[in-house]
Amino acid sequence: MRKLRERKENKRAFKESGAFQCLVLFWEFFKMGLFTIGGGMAMIPQIQQVAVKDRRWLSEEEMIDCIALCQSLPGVIAINSATYIGRRVKGIKGSLSATLGVVMPSFIIIILAVTFLGAIGDNRYITGAFTGIKAAVSGLIAVTAVKLGRQSLTSPFQWILAAAAFIAIAVFGVTALWAVLGGAMAGIIYTAAKKGREAEK
Amino acid sequence: MIYLYLFTVFFRIGIFSFGGGLAMLPLIFQSVQSFGIMSAHEFSNLVALSQVTPGPIAVNAATYVGFNYAGLSGAAVATLGVCVPSFILVLLVVKFIEKFNDSMAVKGAFNGIRPVTIGLIGAAAVFVMETVLINGKLFSLQLFTEGADYFNWIPIALFGATVILAGAFKVTPVKLMLIMGIAGALLCG
Repeated sequence: MRKLRERKENKRAFKESGAFQCLVLFWEFFKMGLFTIGGGMAMIPQIQQVAVKDRRWLSEEEMIDCIALCQSLPGVIAINSATYIGRRVKGIKGSLSATLGVVMPSFIIIILAVTFLGAIGDNRYITGAFTGIKAAVSGLIAVTAVKLGRQSLTSPFQWILAAAAFIAIAVFGVTALWAVLGGAMAGIIYTAAKKGREAEK
Repeated sequence: MIYLYLFTVFFRIGIFSFGGGLAMLPLIFQSVQSFGIMSAHEFSNLVALSQVTPGPIAVNAATYVGFNYAGLSGAAVATLGVCVPSFILVLLVVKFIEKFNDSMAVKGAFNGIRPVTIGLIGAAAVFVMETVLINGKLFSLQLFTEGADYFNWIPIALFGATVILAGAFKVTPVKLMLIMGIAGALLCG
């Protein structure tokens, strides 16, 4: 009996330890790396599912901040977000675990493909499967955008900014960085103006 | 010193890769070519492989080039090179933002950045759609003039099914990708 309880306690202590959290980070980001298909943005629906809903590492608002940052900084988006979320959960160690996790699947799969397959790109079933997955990814990202928009866009100012950013990027091909900087400027001016008006009253 | 070489090339790619994904391919090509470590033919192999393997394209490229030129340790060094810039930059910027989190300017800036990000995610959906659902741009007149060949109907159907299953039935992303992957292999393969 006592042994059993001891073992249970050991298990709980392990689950609360930092090493366990790093393992969880590694595993969750490993899975995300495995399903990052069709560009780094494919991670967004998964981040929402895993980091916000399942694990509660981030609030919805924090997730939006994370995406803004990861999109506007140079570097690989998947690694940016792994570093960011990893740090949130467990500091630098967390960053390392999550980044290692998100990189591993690519690393292993490319080496296996080069060693054994060579011409994997010619298989029509694999190409077909990836077409289907990319179709799913575009749908998932669209659903995430609508979901997040409904929750976080509350004032006309926010709606206008979101629409302007969408049109600038999707229609006119503006880089994400410029859109984010433009949004930051607009936000600073709007907040200052609002403060000013409130002070006048 | 092939390792130092690989590390430098991919460190540079890591620093200068804005936008991610396919937008990075020209940069990757220029970098590896200017260092004389990859032919155009090999590069087209890499592009084909990246498109049918999961993972960030930059990491795929780093692993591929590194492995071809210096085996497993080459792959590791090149991949490390592409990761380090992101890693350092994100940690620095997060630290900076946390330090000035309470200032009016940072708060105001984020009031503007959050809505922009929503638009950005919407635009990302459009970009991925343009790689599979249609043969060109979504926001162009061709949409109305090109006729049925402009649209890839089976992926569009899978897209519609995904939107319904994710939006109304809360099916998780990974499950949907697996389902649509199988459907794609059977219907588009």
